[in-house]
Amino acid sequence: MAFFDKIKNLFNNNDKVSSEESSQKQKKLEKSLEKTKTSLFNKITKTVVGKSKIDDNDLDDIEEILITSDIGVETSLKIIDRLEKRVEKDKYINSDELTDILKKEIEELLVVSKDITLEVDSVENVPYVIMVVGVNGVGKTTTIGKLAHKFKKAGLKVVLGAADTFRAAAVDQLVIWSERVGVDIVKQAMGSDPASVAFDTIQSAMSKNADVVIIDTAGRLHNKINLMNELSKIKNVMNKVVTNAPHDVLLVLDASTGQNAIEQAKQFSSVTQVNSLALTKLDGTAKGGVVIGISDQLQIPVRYIGVGEGMEDLQMFNKEDFVNTLFNN
Amino acid sequence: MFENLSEKLDKAFKVLKGQGSISEINVAQTMKEIRKALISADVDYKTAKEFTATVKEKALGQEVLTTLKPGELLTKIMKDELAELMGSSSSELNLNSKPAIILVAGLQGSGKTTFCGKLAFFLKNNNKKSPLLVACDVYRPAAIDQISVLAEQVSAEVYKEIENKDPISISSNAVKYAKKNNHDVVIIDTAGRLAVDEAMMTEITNIKSSINPDEILFVVDSMTGQDAVNTAKAFNHRLDFNGVVLTKLDGDTRGGAALTIRSVVDKPIKFIGTSEKMEGLDIFHPDRMASRILGMGDVISLVERAQQQFDEQEARKIQKKIAKNTFGFDDFLKQIQQIKKMGNIKDLAGMIPGVGKAIKDVDIDDDAFKGIESIIYSMTPYERSNPNVLNGSRKKRIASGSGTNVQEINQLIKQFSQMGKMMKMMQGGGASKMMEMMKGNNLPRF
Ligand SMILES: Nc1nc2c(ncn2[C@@H]2O[C@H](COP(=O)(O)OP(=O)(O)OP(=O)(O)O)[C@@H](O)[C@H]2O)c(=O)[nH]1
Ligand SMILES: Nc1nc2c(ncn2[C@@H]2O[C@H](COP(=O)(O)OP(=O)(O)O)[C@@H](O)[C@H]2O)c(=O)[nH]1
Ligand SMILES: [Mg+2]
Ligand SMILES: [Mg+2]
Repeated sequence: MAFFDKIKNLFNNNDKVSSEESSQKQKKLEKSLEKTKTSLFNKITKTVVGKSKIDDNDLDDIEEILITSDIGVETSLKIIDRLEKRVEKDKYINSDELTDILKKEIEELLVVSKDITLEVDSVENVPYVIMVVGVNGVGKTTTIGKLAHKFKKAGLKVVLGAADTFRAAAVDQLVIWSERVGVDIVKQAMGSDPASVAFDTIQSAMSKNADVVIIDTAGRLHNKINLMNELSKIKNVMNKVVTNAPHDVLLVLDASTGQNAIEQAKQFSSVTQVNSLALTKLDGTAKGGVVIGISDQLQIPVRYIGVGEGMEDLQMFNKEDFVNTLFNN
Repeated sequence: MFENLSEKLDKAFKVLKGQGSISEINVAQTMKEIRKALISADVDYKTAKEFTATVKEKALGQEVLTTLKPGELLTKIMKDELAELMGSSSSELNLNSKPAIILVAGLQGSGKTTFCGKLAFFLKNNNKKSPLLVACDVYRPAAIDQISVLAEQVSAEVYKEIENKDPISISSNAVKYAKKNNHDVVIIDTAGRLAVDEAMMTEITNIKSSINPDEILFVVDSMTGQDAVNTAKAFNHRLDFNGVVLTKLDGDTRGGAALTIRSVVDKPIKFIGTSEKMEGLDIFHPDRMASRILGMGDVISLVERAQQQFDEQEARKIQKKIAKNTFGFDDFLKQIQQIKKMGNIKDLAGMIPGVGKAIKDVDIDDDAFKGIESIIYSMTPYERSNPNVLNGSRKKRIASGSGTNVQEINQLIKQFSQMGKMMKMMQGGGASKMMEMMKGNNLPRF
């Protein structure tokens, strides 16, 4: 770009646009200037025909969609950057076409992974061990119930481990799920050592020749060091019964959680090496867009979504569907 | 935390010393960064927009007292505005009726049951009450067990009907039971529900109309993001609740949902949850919450960077000069230097008032300015401030001094005068003419 093009805009930001001549054209122009002033992302207003730049109205709409879906400022900026690069090359005709390109760009940031049912055979002679972690109230126990149901339907033998020995009636809750689904459960008294419950569960599953073990853990906020250390202790104990266990650490995130989910993912990963995500409560109005940044930054795939409180309400995460709902109001 | 914020904002505004008031220019970019930070703190998109607009309005033209630095002033305005939005700290429960009936509602997993236990504990200890906990969550597995365990922990009685699957009749039976047994407070725990679940929302409305509660409390997870606005509106629409309980504040979330909810439903936040244990309940302090939302994260460093790069006084001077037609090559040089001073242009460009949009997408290296600089350096001070005197012989001299040729110098002069005209137009408000020129793209390229 020519130097003078840069300089000539030096003052246009501070300028109060007067509207004495009130031609349609100018009003429109002012409106877009006004919009730019409030737009989060400083971008150029360019009235070049052919649209190799995204115009401000579109940009504002995109900004609102991304932000209100909890995608966050940083990831939104990244998405818009990618979009602009694409548009520079490929140009676009109208807003619909722009939206399609945008969807594709977002999808590319998402990592997905396949159903655990298909991975269970990857271990031989031992049960495939899944440990479920997350902050309080996100839906860990419920997701375990749903998973157990799914595995059982696939003909797998499942054992649950009630390693949340802290929250009131947490064991009872998982017991009810095990009865509902019709799978075995290993438990101890409330207040007992969760690592010992995990140990017992895997041993019991070995002796029963079970295919899958799912360990429930107490919800914990990721900034509580002691509780996070407890989690790595639970994890390390599993290793002593079955090498490489747990085979999967599933982090459960609530779709209504905002930017704090990024910190959750970081902290849980650093303690337990999370290798997939379940995003719950997508049956509500929350969009769960924060997983885009998590998936992109930490390269943790999203595996499942929760869409209700019943045992059938677990689905595989599907990029296209997920991204499409960001744009449906 | 707050001291820290003020200090940093002040640094950000140090360029304003002696300036006397906060002006449009110095506040605009700052507001943009604050808006980004609010959104990163999970404040709702629209709420963040409105909030910054209000702050900006209040900040503009404010006289800066000698004792108060501009940074302090802006921080104070923001914090006051936030605290005001979040209401006063007196948010007592209405416990006058006998028994006083408190209905607790919210989304799944938000912390309702735990809060019920905590509230019973709180009222026993602080208000010498004899609360009755009521188990009306008939859906979640072991929900009744959970509240029973909590009731035992806080030594409160719990009312439950194991076989009854109808929360409406359970709740009204519980109220009768409370009257008979001298409980002066009834705390009703309900199942979590989504605002879009019509059947469940109807259920809770029916509970409300059958027991006519004195207090309806809406329990929200403080980690909630943009959805807070939908949920709070929907619950308020159906229940017209009296207050909000914000849970899990022992985490590290900034808690922007608090601001969102306050500004969309205008109901006080009455309690906060600060641990999983029964002691973990606190009354809400608006100013602490304001500091939490404002004080954490990197808002300040962003503001700081934006402000440091911009010399307000300089810009003013230049604007005046343009108005008076005395904008010379020296001023032009200063502009270039200011741009160069910024370091990583790509990163910072967007933050500088007046420059941001223009160069955001452009790669600028220092070389881009070299030719222009050396030409200007070869001019005498007199020539720099009086561009009109540049005649043939002067140009020749400048050309040999700067290692360029007369043609290049002519081009610079031409563009310089064109820019001067343009800037004058902008000042006069001739934006449309300006846009016409830009659209035509008839400016020579350098
Ligand atoms: N609507 C909806 N509710 C869900 C979903 N998943 C879980 N829930 C509900 O969310 C609440 C909390 O779920 P739990 O499974 O107990 O969550 P948790 O993470 O085990 O909770 P703690 O162990 O207490 O930390 C319950 O009321 C569940 O029924 C979902 O996908 N959709
Ligand atoms: N750290 C922390 N955890 C909480 C707080 N309030 C509730 N919880 C936890 O959040 C989870 C869900 O709480 P619960 O009361 O069962 O939520 P409900 O589904 O709304 O009844 C449980 O694990 C609680 O222990 C709080 O203030 N801090
Ligand atoms: Mg649980
Ligand atoms: Mg509950």
